[in-house]
Amino acid sequence: MGVEGIPVTKHETGIITTRIDDLIRWGRKNSLWPLPFGTACCAIEFMGVASSVFDISRFGAELVRFSPRQSDLMIVAGTINYKLGPVLRRIYDQICEPKYVVSMGACACSGGFYDNYATIQGIDHIIPVDVFIPGCPPRPDAILNALVKLQERIDREPQRGPRRPVTEHGQTR
Amino acid sequence: MMDPKHTDNPNPESENSPAAADLDLEDETTLEDLDVEPMFINIGPTHPATHGTFRVFCKLDGERIEKAAVEIGFLHRGFEKIVETKHYTQVIPYTDRLNYCSGLVNNVGYCKAVERMLGVTITPRTEIIRVIICEIQRIMDHMICVCANLVDLGALTNFWYFFNAREKLNDLLEALTGARLTYSYIRIGGLAWDFPKGFEANVTEAMKQVPKAIRDVEGLVKKNRIFIDRARDVGVMSAEDAVSYGFTGPCLRASGVNHDLRKKAPYYHYDEFEFDVPLGEKGDVYDRIFVRIEEMKQSYRIVEQALKILPGGPINIDDKNVMLPDKDKVHSSMEELINHFKLVIEGIKPPAGEIYDAIEAPNGELGFYIISDGSGKPYRIKCRPPCFYLMNGLKKLIEGHMVADIVAILAGLNIIAGELDR
Amino acid sequence: MDKLDSIVEELRGELGDAVEAVDRPYGDVVVTVAKARVHDALSLLKARGFSFLLDIAGVDGLHLGRRERFEIVYFLYSLQDDLRLRVKVFVPETDMNLPTMTDLWQAANWAEREAYDMFGFNFDGHPNLVRILCHREFVGHALRKDYPVLKGQWATGTSDLRPDLERE
Repeated sequence: MGVEGIPVTKHETGIITTRIDDLIRWGRKNSLWPLPFGTACCAIEFMGVASSVFDISRFGAELVRFSPRQSDLMIVAGTINYKLGPVLRRIYDQICEPKYVVSMGACACSGGFYDNYATIQGIDHIIPVDVFIPGCPPRPDAILNALVKLQERIDREPQRGPRRPVTEHGQTR
Repeated sequence: MMDPKHTDNPNPESENSPAAADLDLEDETTLEDLDVEPMFINIGPTHPATHGTFRVFCKLDGERIEKAAVEIGFLHRGFEKIVETKHYTQVIPYTDRLNYCSGLVNNVGYCKAVERMLGVTITPRTEIIRVIICEIQRIMDHMICVCANLVDLGALTNFWYFFNAREKLNDLLEALTGARLTYSYIRIGGLAWDFPKGFEANVTEAMKQVPKAIRDVEGLVKKNRIFIDRARDVGVMSAEDAVSYGFTGPCLRASGVNHDLRKKAPYYHYDEFEFDVPLGEKGDVYDRIFVRIEEMKQSYRIVEQALKILPGGPINIDDKNVMLPDKDKVHSSMEELINHFKLVIEGIKPPAGEIYDAIEAPNGELGFYIISDGSGKPYRIKCRPPCFYLMNGLKKLIEGHMVADIVAILAGLNIIAGELDR
Repeated sequence: MDKLDSIVEELRGELGDAVEAVDRPYGDVVVTVAKARVHDALSLLKARGFSFLLDIAGVDGLHLGRRERFEIVYFLYSLQDDLRLRVKVFVPETDMNLPTMTDLWQAANWAEREAYDMFGFNFDGHPNLVRILCHREFVGHALRKDYPVLKGQWATGTSDLRPDLERE
């Protein structure tokens, strides 16, 4: 089995040993299941990434699952306005830990050029974001770059304990 | 409910079991005698099959939809409010994001309205280039709509066929404009820059993928029994109802009404091109899909003809109140420098008044109603989105059908949320 | 143009003073009708073949210095004769009630909801006059000139979990 990328110790008996944390990290980063929360133009670019020319499945993120119970990476692609804000928060809360959020496109990162009464000026006002992808819309290569950066970030994570501060009601911030 | 005494029961002991004795099934028990409640199901705003975010709330009787309520507005970005604070040229990127599957067509529609307001006539070369670009975008938009529609019906292979062809066309437009989805290539009075040398050969080369992809998809789907069962007589809209609901575009033509702005009110030499307008008979999902596929074939014909008659010459009009001067003159001559300065700081100033202009976008009649107060910023721009009126008709289309038909009907209307909510 | 002129003359004949003006900007024909007779005018036009209601646009003319603050414009198209016509109605700020056109064209249903949401027009007889683009907790009317561009309003909950199916 391919265990490149995690520190292993090879023994002469043909057994390799590693730490549980490293193994879990390896499995987690190479099998992120995205939930494309696509609203606008960036969703079309996400469809382009999923198609065979750019192929996100090379990085393990092939299984696009639209249910928050079945995915662990939420890619917010498109403008989020005030009407959709509570919906986004609700879907984010329904994803089980560990969960990651990628904010794709200028509108999700900061409201884009829609600085007006209708658009939330950045989804990080309502949910915590791990990777921001600039662009309007970002090229599919940029999305793949963001996925690699997220994988590198997962590599650096300590595994014990919750990833983010938890409120007294058990919700993650 | 079957009477246990009459079934072929492989387990004879169960006939005398206590459970069977409790159910008094001597007489015929029909469904009406049972205590049934309607089920309320909410689809969206996040759902794998919604194309964009909107919500359909249904009251179900078993699997049939008794009543439905459609809610939109989840991508309302305040387009009409924010363009009141921008110059006319700065509005062009905002129009790109209206129907983002065919961004250049929105650019053309907006620029055409402003040019009519200014009273300028664009050069012949620009007219034909805009036709070529609009038809390529029409093919790309129909490709996305049809492949998404077929994916919702379960035919996933067509998605790859059409997306591969679309990627080739997208590479072509990326080589021309520099962007992959939101091009903003059209300017008021012309284009941002001319076709590069030899671009016509690239267009012909990329367009070769289109007939092949259409043939592949048609071969898989046209005579497929399952597809016909799922698409024929589903979501039927009669011609009178379609007109009353304000349908335009392929959905109106699928109901049999022959209305295409390229034929009725031709602009940019469309009356000189030979092409047909495909019409449907019944106005069901099957007709909407195949009207779009036929329109792709007609657009291919138009692009072929347009490439043959593409004239040379300048692409921008020679009007210093509208077009920015050449950059080398701006750096060397005072007059051009001041002209450039005024156009960038104050913007193009159409005379005070109001205008409505429409083009045949891939989804229907895309119109812009612009009110100008004589300054460089528009006073009011109202966009007439084709999807808004199609979505209005969705409630009528799905009532009476089953839950699985909702996605088939919805996808056939080609709802682009950017245009629906603006 | 002759067919359109004759229809406009017929409209003038039927309604008399209620047809306040006929303008021809950029080759289009715009008929200004008094608010009290707008439903009669549009019924007449529909009977004369204007089967398409393309759009309903509201306008806040606060800085334009026109007669009244608000205008509402109906865009009509005749499929049989290929004619386009705009019908404009001046609406004062104090009395924003208008009759609904949903009995003439189904397209008016959502178009009027949008005009209500963005400007605050009240359409008497509309089956379901609630906000369509902004969220239900939004206060104010977004496209009015005195509504600031940058003023966003947070929504605290998702929309009605059980909308009233009889009305929608």
